[in-house]
Amino acid sequence: MKIHEYQAKQLFQQYDVSVPKGVVCKTAEEVEAAVAEMELPVAVKAQIHAGGRGKGGGVKLARSREDARRAAEEIIGMQLVTAQTGPEGKEVRQVLVEQGVSIKAELYLSFVIDRANAEITLIASREGGMDIEEVAATTPEKIIKVRINPLNGMQDYLVRQAIFALDLPKAAMKEMGALIRNLYRLFTEYDCSLVEINPLILTVDDHVLALDAKVDIDSNSLFRHPDVKEMHDPYEDDPAEVEAARFNLNYVKLDGNIGNMVNGAGLAMATMDIIKQAGAEPANFLDVGGGANAEMVENGFRIILNDPNVKGILINIFGGILRCDVLANGVVQAAKKVQLSVPVVVRMEGTNVEEGRRILEESGLKLVTAANLSDAAAKVAAIIQ
Amino acid sequence: MSIFVNSHTKLLVQGITGQEGQFHTRQCISYGTNVVAGVTPGKGGQFMDKVPVFNTVADAREATGANASMIFVPPPFAADAILEAADAGIEMIVCITEGIPVMDMLRVKNYLALKPSIRLIGPNCPGIITPGQCKIGIMPAPIHTPGGPVGVVSRSGTLTYEVVHQLTQVGLGQTTCVGIGGDPINGTGFIDCLSAFEKDEETKAVVMVGEIGGSAEEEAAAWISANMSKPVVGFIAGITAPPGRTMGHAGAIVSGSQGTAAAKIAAMQKNGISVCQDLGTLGALCKEIF
Repeated sequence: MKIHEYQAKQLFQQYDVSVPKGVVCKTAEEVEAAVAEMELPVAVKAQIHAGGRGKGGGVKLARSREDARRAAEEIIGMQLVTAQTGPEGKEVRQVLVEQGVSIKAELYLSFVIDRANAEITLIASREGGMDIEEVAATTPEKIIKVRINPLNGMQDYLVRQAIFALDLPKAAMKEMGALIRNLYRLFTEYDCSLVEINPLILTVDDHVLALDAKVDIDSNSLFRHPDVKEMHDPYEDDPAEVEAARFNLNYVKLDGNIGNMVNGAGLAMATMDIIKQAGAEPANFLDVGGGANAEMVENGFRIILNDPNVKGILINIFGGILRCDVLANGVVQAAKKVQLSVPVVVRMEGTNVEEGRRILEESGLKLVTAANLSDAAAKVAAIIQ
Repeated sequence: MSIFVNSHTKLLVQGITGQEGQFHTRQCISYGTNVVAGVTPGKGGQFMDKVPVFNTVADAREATGANASMIFVPPPFAADAILEAADAGIEMIVCITEGIPVMDMLRVKNYLALKPSIRLIGPNCPGIITPGQCKIGIMPAPIHTPGGPVGVVSRSGTLTYEVVHQLTQVGLGQTTCVGIGGDPINGTGFIDCLSAFEKDEETKAVVMVGEIGGSAEEEAAAWISANMSKPVVGFIAGITAPPGRTMGHAGAIVSGSQGTAAAKIAAMQKNGISVCQDLGTLGALCKEIF
């Protein structure tokens, strides 16, 4: 789960990690009032869940209250387009106004999960403020990586490894050590999958401070973080995905023209790939899970058909423990209820498959049965021709 | 022959009295798996059908000699259940549960690394089956064919069923099918299974099913090239998956340029693995190669 910069900075403050003085605002008036309490200049920063906000015009520096107000008027309500938002962009509904800081150096610091080694990695660099993947690709020697065994945690020698490699002035070392320990505690105690500060600022008087903040939290851990659950911003979600989640359907909207409904995530991805091979593009990922029933299929249909790009639907169910006749009845009931407007190819396999196919064929609906995956692909290809 | 589980496996089920636990325990028993005990804290002394239930894994092991466990415990308590089984000396732990926090699995994985005699399969997996001998998990039994010659290892559930079904249809039986799970941190990995299949006399060839996210397929491909004499057919799901989105499985995510299907397919091909590009023809391809 992603949270906003201002929320990440609230978590930082809980863990004694310094951030600039700042206030989150929803209107230009609020921004003007907030700036009255700050030293100039200030930064006005769009709060959306995407990187690259500065390049897209979502971050502005203001040297006066009027400037700040004007910046806020421009940013609040804009469709901010960044490399991560897609071409339609995201509407900005709030901004973070922050007091400026005097910068001596911009550093980079993050904690991530190392899947391959089942560890936590601290990544740091003196080259902050840039795209870290690019720094890693072009000048890997400028990236410091410290491997942390989760059973031992953030040991002192590991902290020292990072600090000495960052080549900090003596006056800043102690504060940087505390920051690294505190962020590690935040990372583990809040079940983060990412904590990233880019840039991490070394101020002219040798203090360290998080100018930006990015925190992603493991959605599977929310049962033990009710405060994080409350940070969820529904405006950041795709409405169709929210609707799907209500019915326990795992749905991701894509840009293609063939909808699909599958049981199991791996088979769902493979089915999307088959649609592509057939010369079409998948309109979605939709995993109905192991126990697909008539109600789930019906809701799946409704969500897929809400997408005007959809020209046809492929249902691919491997009925293991779920019987194909039960599934077929569910598909027929659901198809009647939602009044299907596009052709539907159904490929199912497993227990009682003949009975299932008979039910589909005798339903009188626009349901095309496919004998196997290759046949399903051919029938999908026929739809888009 | 087979890998990891066989007719001598004595299974206990953690979470046996829950709805899922009951259902799948019965399915395993009817397949012929020797289910000797169940564990549900507070329900010790009861029975699930004819299976005695114990309060702790240690009690169950002492009373029945169980050497494997199948876990159906909900995500908040599942890491605890794995550690309990490990500390009781259960050698084969199969965790079906989906949705365990990564931070819990980091601890579990590093703790299990200290106990090399204990094997964890999963979590977030369909389990493991040696057809005709022992089924530990939620896979539909009838699609399998005993006797080999093919070993199957996969990160997915239903996609594995699809593969096994096609193998059976073209007349290729299976020695053992292992679902290693779709989470970012899991127990047994591809290389553990490939290495066991390489040593297993009855296994003559292997199908390896991967998906987007992480680098396990790339590492396995390099390992195969260096260590494996038996032919391997590979399949990777998620060519059309967009970057930055989790595709159902917690571990199925392309991060930046990392973990793409294209990179995995390229790594497999570079290491001499036959990659199936069209899932509908996987069975036929295996028939041709094996």
